Amino acid sequence: MSRKYLAAPYLLWALAFVLIPLGMIVYYGLTDSNGAVTLSNILAISSPEHRKALYLAIGLSLISTVLCLLMGYPLAMILASTGMGKGAFVVLVFILPMWMNFLLRTMAWQTLLEKNGVINNLLGVLGLPPISIINTGGAIILGMIYNFLPFMVLPIHTSLSKIDVNVVNAARDLGANGFQVFFRVILPLSIPGVISGITMVFIPALTTFVISNLLGGSKILLIGNVIEQEFTQTGNWNLGSGLSMVLMIFILVSMITTFITDKEEA
Amino acid sequence: MKKCLQRTYMGIIFIFLYAPIITLIVLSFNKSKTRAKWGGFTTKWYIDLFKNRAIMQALYNTLAIALLSAAIATVIGTIACLAMTRMKKRDRAILMGITNIPMLNADIVTGISIMLLFISFGIKFGFGTILIAHITFNIPYVILSVNPRFKQLNHSIYEAAVDLGCTPVQAFFRVVVPDIMPGILSGFFMAFTMSLDDFVITHFTKGPGVDTLSTKIYTEVKKGIKPEMYALSTIIFVSVFIILLAVNLKPEKKEK
Amino acid sequence: MTKLIDLVNISKSFDDTLVLDDLNLYIRENEFLTLLGPSGCGKTTTLRIIGGFTTPDQGKVIFDGKDITGVAPNKRPLNTVFQKYALFPHMNIEENIAFGLKIKNKPKQYIKDKIQYALKLVNLDGYGKRMPDQLSGGQQQRIAIARAIVNEPKVLLLDEPLGALDLKLRQDMQYELIRLKNELGITFIYVTHDQEEALTMSDTIVVMNQGYIQQIGTPEDIYNEPENAFVADFIGDSNIIPGIMIKDELVEILGHRFACVDTGFGTNKPVDVVIRPEDVELVTPGTGTISGKVSHIIFKGVHYEMEVMAAGFEWLVQSTKMFPVGTEVDIKIDPFNIQIMNKPESEDEEAVKLDE
Repeated sequence: MSRKYLAAPYLLWALAFVLIPLGMIVYYGLTDSNGAVTLSNILAISSPEHRKALYLAIGLSLISTVLCLLMGYPLAMILASTGMGKGAFVVLVFILPMWMNFLLRTMAWQTLLEKNGVINNLLGVLGLPPISIINTGGAIILGMIYNFLPFMVLPIHTSLSKIDVNVVNAARDLGANGFQVFFRVILPLSIPGVISGITMVFIPALTTFVISNLLGGSKILLIGNVIEQEFTQTGNWNLGSGLSMVLMIFILVSMITTFITDKEEA
Repeated sequence: MKKCLQRTYMGIIFIFLYAPIITLIVLSFNKSKTRAKWGGFTTKWYIDLFKNRAIMQALYNTLAIALLSAAIATVIGTIACLAMTRMKKRDRAILMGITNIPMLNADIVTGISIMLLFISFGIKFGFGTILIAHITFNIPYVILSVNPRFKQLNHSIYEAAVDLGCTPVQAFFRVVVPDIMPGILSGFFMAFTMSLDDFVITHFTKGPGVDTLSTKIYTEVKKGIKPEMYALSTIIFVSVFIILLAVNLKPEKKEK
Repeated sequence: MTKLIDLVNISKSFDDTLVLDDLNLYIRENEFLTLLGPSGCGKTTTLRIIGGFTTPDQGKVIFDGKDITGVAPNKRPLNTVFQKYALFPHMNIEENIAFGLKIKNKPKQYIKDKIQYALKLVNLDGYGKRMPDQLSGGQQQRIAIARAIVNEPKVLLLDEPLGALDLKLRQDMQYELIRLKNELGITFIYVTHDQEEALTMSDTIVVMNQGYIQQIGTPEDIYNEPENAFVADFIGDSNIIPGIMIKDELVEILGHRFACVDTGFGTNKPVDVVIRPEDVELVTPGTGTISGKVSHIIFKGVHYEMEVMAAGFEWLVQSTKMFPVGTEVDIKIDPFNIQIMNKPESEDEEAVKLDE
């Protein structure tokens, strides 16, 4: 027996629980409750409330992605330049927090952000005005950054640590100052990491319903919340699937981008 | 100067990542039942925790699912990686493409897609459905951590073992497996962690009456989370912290 | 020729390991100078200090009369060709070559002309649009040189630039480098552990070991008159034999007296004697100074390499004539080919004590 047939268990598993389920979404999304083919579930995205939820989700996740990039890039650079990016430190920063339940961690921000919460008390001591972002888009953005920052840092760190030190030295040797070295050599060479970081933050941020539920109060509905409600409360699986297919367009675009940058790198 | 700036920045990120965790640990010692107020120090919740049947059951489910799903995913994933070493480039690319789907896909889409599958085939939701879903999203983590090990593997060592009289199966277990072990272990560890921390996919694939810690916490959010939950989370977090510390300190000594 | 670079009392250590210890060295204009030594001898550190990538703990780097010790690499009028080339992987060949010129905001036409000129100079005309990973190692090497020289540096630093190439290509590139050096008329500072490379290309060789300079000289000096056993052993194969300088122009080796040309070592003084294997002549028994027997023979292509056991010493001999194992031979050495070296100082003192 050839060794390659050992992939059979995994292939069957992936077929049964990855590919066919995705087909189910398409099937439900393109039919109504009687099984007749229709586009109405997908077109429902253009109804005012759905459109608002989608736009709001896109807006908040874009802002979080940009902020994650701005916060994460320097962090990845520090990790790569100090050599702390290997081993224990990364685990401590990015893996260990996952052992405190994700919902509880996110909930804890409520305690920190509340009117009389820890942060406002601290600000008071420092003589600064209190902030009130709990139950606003701001709190959701904060929750997104908090949860997804590691997904930005890790791929950027990986591509930064692949850069040959002598390539950077060569740029300096040829007369480039710190900024020029960064913008002409380091940044372009880390683009694959940046792209993969962006997709790995944007997609979960765009589709979340938990963070908005926990930190946005009940008033703010993102597209993820709408879909979740269709499945667990309203029970309209066809509409939920249709709306999911709209999300899948974004996911597909990000998958293709990742695939292309992966290929270029190889 | 530059170093100072770097340290400060890392410190800020550290505080940002750990502030909620510290908050939860503090809350686990809070006498007051609401998390808004500090009512004095108590260790009461740590004792109550073990009397709370529902939480203990959820803890059991969570650990059982994490352990089983990580173990099964590790076996399936490692075998798949072994198979990939003998595949044509194109076949391998297709398999890796499939592997990337659950990684890049949104949790909510993965969750509802599996949910729809179970509904369509009339499968009863419960422990088994959660387990299947967790294995599904865990396999990619195993593959992504084992596959690079296989790529680095010096194929000659396998041939050398066969040359020295091993059967292919013996050669695999005596020579290849020890070499890729670090990848297998870290894949298992990642899978276990991911399973433990998952809420969204469990949310869509669980049945009534079966709860993991995540889903239990989610239902409690609206009515207020029981302080026992904070106590339990603190215990889990601190013990993992200590284990990781021990594991990470050991190899350093060896190097010296 | 004038001093272009002057390294004054340079010391450098990494993590308590002293890599350079109070090193003094000057480099003249238009010189091809090679830093030669085994790995860990401090040659690369010396080069990096000149390039500005490493700051010395002590000492000064003087360039053209100015102290540039604290000047950043991008402000130094010299360029480096890195080990494994360090081409920018995201830029094509033209962009790689243009990098330094663009940084200096040179006019477009000037940059274009320079790229053309440089590609021609390194014999890679027409490769401008390719990406670095589409070129072979030897071609990447030439591009790395082209990228450095378009900036018209006064000095080109080369850090083991041929180390990653195979033997044939390495020999071709050696001639190429000599040609480039002559065409450009600039100073080359070259780091290598390959003694053959150093002997072929250099005007001056600096042999280094354990952070110290062992000898500075022309290739001929270094090869023919090594100053100590390390240099003799490192440069080519040699027979290093303890001996006693009886008087000027007469040395005793292994109990036999040989005429030599060295003077000024004193009388009855212990010394080390270096004899290159190609300088050991094998003659029919009775016509030479020491008699022995061939114990090993290997065919090396250009010549045979033999080991001859004579007077209790295993002599390494290279000859175009073949003597089968077991042949009785005599060893004969021309006085000019006997090189006398002082014993290292500490041992020297010990020897004196023993004599007393």
